[in-house]
Amino acid sequence: MDVGRGSRKVTDGSGERELFRQMLRLRLIERGIAARYAEQQMRCPVHLSIGQEGAAVGVCSVLAPEDLVFSTHRCHGHYLAKGGDLDAMVAELHGRATGCCGGRGGSMHLCDDSVGMCASVPIVGSNIPLAVGSALASQQRGEACVSVAFLGDAAAEEGVFHESLNFAATHALPVLFVLENNRYSVYTGIEQRQPAQPLIRFAHAHAMPFSQVDGSLVTAVQEAVSPAVERARHGGGPSLAVIETYRYVEHCGPSEDDELGYRPPHEVARWKARCPVELMRRRLMESGRLNADQERAWACAIEAEVDLAFVRARAAPFPDPATVLEHVYAEDRPPLREVSVG
Amino acid sequence: MGEPQCVETTPPGNEGGGASLKARVCTGAEAICEATAQALEADPRVFVMGEGATDPKGIFGTTVGLLQRFGPKRILEMPVSENAWTGIGVGAAMRGQRPLMIHQRVEFALLAMEQLVNNAAKSHYVSGGRHKVPLVVRMVIGRGWGQGPMHSQSLEGLFAQVPGLKVVMPSTAGDAKGLLIAAIADENPVLVIEHRWVHYASGPVDPSYTPLALDGPRRRHAGRDATVVSTSYMSLEALQAARALRAHGCGVDLFDLRVLRPLRLDAIVASVRQTGRLLTVDTGHSEFGIGAEVSSQVCTHAWSSLKSAPVRLGLPSHPTPSSASLAEAYYPRSPHIATAIGTLVGLPLATIEACAGGLKKERDGLPLDIPHPSFKGPF
Repeated sequence: MDVGRGSRKVTDGSGERELFRQMLRLRLIERGIAARYAEQQMRCPVHLSIGQEGAAVGVCSVLAPEDLVFSTHRCHGHYLAKGGDLDAMVAELHGRATGCCGGRGGSMHLCDDSVGMCASVPIVGSNIPLAVGSALASQQRGEACVSVAFLGDAAAEEGVFHESLNFAATHALPVLFVLENNRYSVYTGIEQRQPAQPLIRFAHAHAMPFSQVDGSLVTAVQEAVSPAVERARHGGGPSLAVIETYRYVEHCGPSEDDELGYRPPHEVARWKARCPVELMRRRLMESGRLNADQERAWACAIEAEVDLAFVRARAAPFPDPATVLEHVYAEDRPPLREVSVG
Repeated sequence: MGEPQCVETTPPGNEGGGASLKARVCTGAEAICEATAQALEADPRVFVMGEGATDPKGIFGTTVGLLQRFGPKRILEMPVSENAWTGIGVGAAMRGQRPLMIHQRVEFALLAMEQLVNNAAKSHYVSGGRHKVPLVVRMVIGRGWGQGPMHSQSLEGLFAQVPGLKVVMPSTAGDAKGLLIAAIADENPVLVIEHRWVHYASGPVDPSYTPLALDGPRRRHAGRDATVVSTSYMSLEALQAARALRAHGCGVDLFDLRVLRPLRLDAIVASVRQTGRLLTVDTGHSEFGIGAEVSSQVCTHAWSSLKSAPVRLGLPSHPTPSSASLAEAYYPRSPHIATAIGTLVGLPLATIEACAGGLKKERDGLPLDIPHPSFKGPF
């Protein structure tokens, strides 16, 4: 994996307007996927990030290009916020050869090494030790990069979460654990799965600094996470950031599923009233830093980018079936007989 | 680290797996320790992770002295968190480091199955070849001393099921070193499954840091009457049987499988086309085991040459009991192998009994839960 070299910068430091544009972009891309999903050209499951944009954009905006992200099944937002290539993502959803995994992964395995989006793993908790191992490699090589594991509230129920925090704290590794608490594991609420205790209890248990923040406020996410990133970068070890958030559509798929009744209507309404994109829009509008024309221009540019990504994906070739056996094993380079050092 | 207690020797022609003229006799454990030290010396990306890697016993002697020589940044003592540290190894390997992970009992690796089967085995494939996971996982299997159902299993069949993993089982000290060096040099996740009794067995070991290619089986004994395919420690038992049968005029073409995945059976298929008979001898359970896969592929490719149905020897389909009296019938040994081969070939009953009886007599009065003195080698 050759990561983070010559990567695109995610934010330009222009502050809250750019944070808003980033979140709007994530929202419109996900809406674009949802709107086209019924056409059945994206023949893989999609776990959309709609509602959770504040977490993805807030965290990734304080990362350096060389910092490394390990994500989950719900990886679209993290991939895009880290600067992942949109065309390659949409092509991957379409199973095309031009996809970021060449059509071998689908929506749940997005990665883009050129921007430090290392891997996405759809088994809950499975990506967490990868980020810790990446941090160990950084520490061993004296590289000042920070590794980030995104995880959900259900991952905190996995043993590997605790094992990973324990190891990272023991070795003071440069890693940040970002726990996005969207309260549901598929249809099962957190109150059925965990005692009514704040999720930061896991930071206490593993002796590391923590923060807990409202994911509806992207600037609050930045403020909470930024010190943890810098602490990790300068040898201060790992931290846990708990971001309270909510997904607006179903666990997997393009639609709202409120008719199933597993989430109380007042809860859904309360979180939708705290939409991270809308809250930032209002804040910018009220302070005169954004007007309707500017927003429309951004939205049009994003829509055009999305349209083009779909056109390109659907025009792209499928992978050649003759290549299906490629990359089961990596070629040995140099050949075995030449590595002898006597 | 202590130098291996070596005895200068001239290695036998084909039994050391390519050992050089300078080869000395070492135990498998000493050979593994030497390979690890040389890898750490040769490549700054290599580091060791294991529960007990730094303890005084040094994982059956295979890591003794490494901490003192390379320090705690290269020889990492692990918390008892097998799934996490396997994932940590995968993550570090994806970044270009070369972790060497060690499980003192294969059963503990079961806690890491998720990371092995998902991230280790599939990262290269799912990334379209961009990500590599050059890690090595040593897993110790074994038997004896009443270790019972959860401390002495041979689970290589589970791991060999998974495309993307390489699975290696050395049977000699020379292979234990050379195959481990090759595994560390390999760009893929390689599981090296080591039988404890191979740790004890000695043989010629090349002192240089030279890999032995992970390229498949080696012939350990030549013969024309039956093809025998064995894995790991059972290769030593099968070699005893082959030598005894030779004295009775029966020729065994014995192959030590060495690399379970990727499985390369060309030489074995060619042998069966000559002998018309196949016996497999596993360290694991017979049902759904390595021998089942070997037999199936041989039947596919050499069906018309077979004179009789292939025979599998391995563990019966019940867990390993602790009590020696219950374990007595559990493990096939050289007399059982000789009997199975003799029956397959159609030797006269008296010859089979004489051969197996001779092998059995060598063991009379000796306990079955420690290695037979003859298995000290050299092999």
